[in-house]
Amino acid sequence: MTTALILLPIAGALLVWLLPWPTSRAAGGLALLVALAELFLWIVAVRGFDFGSGTLQQGADVTWFADLDASYKVGLFDFSLWLVGLTAFVGVAAIAYGMWAGRERPRAYFGLLLFLTGATIGVFSAQDLLLFYLFFEAMLIPLYVLIGVWGGTRRAVATVKFIIYTMAGSLLMLVAVIALGLANETFDLTRLQANDNPWIFLGFVAAFAVKAPLWPFHGWLPDAYREAPTEVAALLSGVVSKTAAYGLIRIVLPSFPEPVVDFRTVILILASVGLVYGSLLAFRAHDVRGVIAYSSLAQMCLIVLGIFANNASGLDGALLQMINHGLVSAALFLLAGAIERRTSTARLELLGGMARGRPLLASLLLATGVIALAVPLSSAFAAEFLILNGVFDRGWGYAVVGALAIVLAAMYTLRLISAVLHEDVGSAVHPQALDLRPAEVAIIGALVVALVALSFWPAGITDHAFTAVLSAR
Amino acid sequence: MDFRTPDIDWAALAPVLVLMGTSAFVLLVGVFLPRGARRGFSATFTALGLLCAAIAAGILFAQDETASLTLRESIWRDRLAEMAQILVCGAGLLAVGVSYWERRAPVDDDGTEAPADEHERIVELYALLLAAVGGMAFFVQADNLMALFLGLEWFSIALYILTAISVHRLSSLEAGLKYLIVGSFGSAILLFGSAFVYGATGALEFRAIAEASGDAERLFLVAGLALILVGLAFKMSAAPFHMWTPDVYQGAPTSITAFMAAATKVAALVLTMRVLTTAFPGEEELWTWGLAGIACVSLVWGNLAALVQTDVKRLLAYSSVSHAGFLLMPIAAGNELGGRALLFYLVSYAAMSVGSFAIVAARERELRRPVTLENLGGFGWERPFYGVTMAVFMFGFIGLPPAGLFLGKFYAFAAAYERGWTWLVIVGVLGTVISIYYYLGVIAAMYMRPAEARVAPAGGSPPRDLPLATTVFLALIVTVGSLVAADPLIDLMRDAVASLTFPH
Repeated sequence: MTTALILLPIAGALLVWLLPWPTSRAAGGLALLVALAELFLWIVAVRGFDFGSGTLQQGADVTWFADLDASYKVGLFDFSLWLVGLTAFVGVAAIAYGMWAGRERPRAYFGLLLFLTGATIGVFSAQDLLLFYLFFEAMLIPLYVLIGVWGGTRRAVATVKFIIYTMAGSLLMLVAVIALGLANETFDLTRLQANDNPWIFLGFVAAFAVKAPLWPFHGWLPDAYREAPTEVAALLSGVVSKTAAYGLIRIVLPSFPEPVVDFRTVILILASVGLVYGSLLAFRAHDVRGVIAYSSLAQMCLIVLGIFANNASGLDGALLQMINHGLVSAALFLLAGAIERRTSTARLELLGGMARGRPLLASLLLATGVIALAVPLSSAFAAEFLILNGVFDRGWGYAVVGALAIVLAAMYTLRLISAVLHEDVGSAVHPQALDLRPAEVAIIGALVVALVALSFWPAGITDHAFTAVLSAR
Repeated sequence: MDFRTPDIDWAALAPVLVLMGTSAFVLLVGVFLPRGARRGFSATFTALGLLCAAIAAGILFAQDETASLTLRESIWRDRLAEMAQILVCGAGLLAVGVSYWERRAPVDDDGTEAPADEHERIVELYALLLAAVGGMAFFVQADNLMALFLGLEWFSIALYILTAISVHRLSSLEAGLKYLIVGSFGSAILLFGSAFVYGATGALEFRAIAEASGDAERLFLVAGLALILVGLAFKMSAAPFHMWTPDVYQGAPTSITAFMAAATKVAALVLTMRVLTTAFPGEEELWTWGLAGIACVSLVWGNLAALVQTDVKRLLAYSSVSHAGFLLMPIAAGNELGGRALLFYLVSYAAMSVGSFAIVAARERELRRPVTLENLGGFGWERPFYGVTMAVFMFGFIGLPPAGLFLGKFYAFAAAYERGWTWLVIVGVLGTVISIYYYLGVIAAMYMRPAEARVAPAGGSPPRDLPLATTVFLALIVTVGSLVAADPLIDLMRDAVASLTFPH
């Protein structure tokens, strides 16, 4: 089952690339179909999933090479299942949006989007260190090409920065993978012994800190998020960044119990600083994407805060916030794309007054924004509450910083909403600029509906995750 | 006078004999054929000869459970040699595909039509290619210093001529001359080192050297070892003995460059591993550190120099210098894991080298001028197959999937790590990080640059080049296949290095 989840998008990508498609619509349509089938497959997986057991399920294990005991071993834990679902869902939204927006060279484009989805799902389901690393690296290739070919004017700088940052991180992880695997004489994640070597720990953390990104390793973030095509930015911040948080949960926490405790203070402090720093930058950013990009930095730091609280509440909150932020940032980036299409700019000083006569845009942006700033009863509120509750055990200072960040989140989100929707009509806003089209409403609306559903029932995720971790404690 | 010929195990020499026999056949018969028929004839028989030699080596590989000496004290019959012969023949086979239509669209330095005759020297080219492969096949079997030197000169001389075979092009002649001078210099150093070792131990045979080294004159032994290492480093183009590489790779006909980049590396590295482990086990402290040092210099120098290149062949030449560094890491590690790592790395590396130069050749034939990052613009979109394959190779050189080099690099690093040399792994990682910039530069040039001012000959698609496309496809299959089918391949490599004893 998991193998099917990984292979379906990759096989779909190959089909899109190799078969001659008469029109660009046909290639995009096939990609969308594959993405929808993937979502359906995930629903089937959820229905067949035994949430109580907390074991690895629906897996496969084929020897890759016995020499160093690495294998193609995949499978799903309850928490990874949710992240796979997030990937499939955002993948559908991204491909649908790309199809609606129309991209040059659609075969290459949609094939790469599908490939990215498949590789990301591979990261979330790999149960072998080397296989995890393989998929982790494989994500880079489509991202590089997607940003480098279809990106904005400064894409060349953005891609080089992005790749060199992330590769530097992940090559350090390669050293750590080798060290950890050779020390255990296996690369099987489920059979790894606890390790207390701080250097190996830091190797993994470096890779994930760059990918997430965690302050101060976020140098690549603003450029990449600004230059990427809308739906690629949505996937990058919504889904790909979550692989880093997942890696921390799946590899770092269980394999390095001692270093996690030793370095907890440092990482919690870095995350707190990043949380405040990202929020302030988001407040100061002068364009829509800048606000979303820096708020992503802040939110990822918040998630890391929850993960390194390393208790039930913190982990639950982190997972919920991962799903939540995945949906929020995807919706926000797609909305940013919608705004950019209408005004040809993302600069806040040129925008404004777009609410008038555009009720759909206004309501969707407002709804997403309100959830993003964690008003009570929203899913983000539930998640942040759990994270703060969890991190409170590690020191009240972190919780105070976290609470402060929620206030800052309200500030930058409201600033974004008012700068786009309210105030005077900006010079770039043409009076005849249209409201959201039905397709846009359907795509972004689906994300918002998912967020609202999550707000009603956050326990749907928190009660169905980490049963293994909790029972192990 | 009583004269006894030694017993000769002819079967063990079969690959070399087949190659040299085909070479002679192609050369002798080819000249009597009408000019138009020569290309097809010589290419077909060259490919057949290479295939037969590879099959012969494969059969020997299957038969030889244990290593044995044949042709007393000078030639090995073991799986390591046979595996290397298969690899070298494979590289030669791919090079035949690349070279097939090379003369139809001669490349000139300044883009002017060259008056070359497309049938000229085609027979010589293939005969020399066979001779070069035969020399390498002999070289990797060597078990004494004389056989080593003989094999080295044998394939080197063939390569000197091949480099200069495009006589209408000044840069080819220049490259040939440079290669001849620098290469002879390297050979002389190797010979000098051999003389020192012989003087110190009184032995030429590898294991005899190892036995005699206990009470040998240290100074001469060590000096000899160092000089032999330097001589071999010239051949594998490891920095700082790589000065010839960029010029020769750039000037030589691209098909020959493709062959050299793959086959010479295989032969030189496999033999280096054999000499060091069999003849100098007592001095392992010395050569492991020495090789680690050379590896570091190659990684740093090769990658930094590649950053500023604009000519794609030259860029790939520096990349080959940096990969000499990666390939030396597992030998320097001196453990059995390293032996496997080296051979596994070589499989995908050889395929990717030939493949990437073949794609450069494809572009060259469209443009009829040297390929630079500038005039690569738009190539990826115009030729989707070549573009995607080149992208796979470039990502692969970095060490990204889906190329087998992903695992090759992993293995090489793992070998160094197992030795306890984390610092060497870190140097390798730094080298890789630097290399990302220029490998991505090639991809960016193909896909992210507008096809400004098409320099391609106006009108019509370029002539179809089926042998070249097949070669690229085969290289791609090997590259990706070595990632998927890693397990059987690694088992073969384990068998191949089983006859060596590693110091760590």
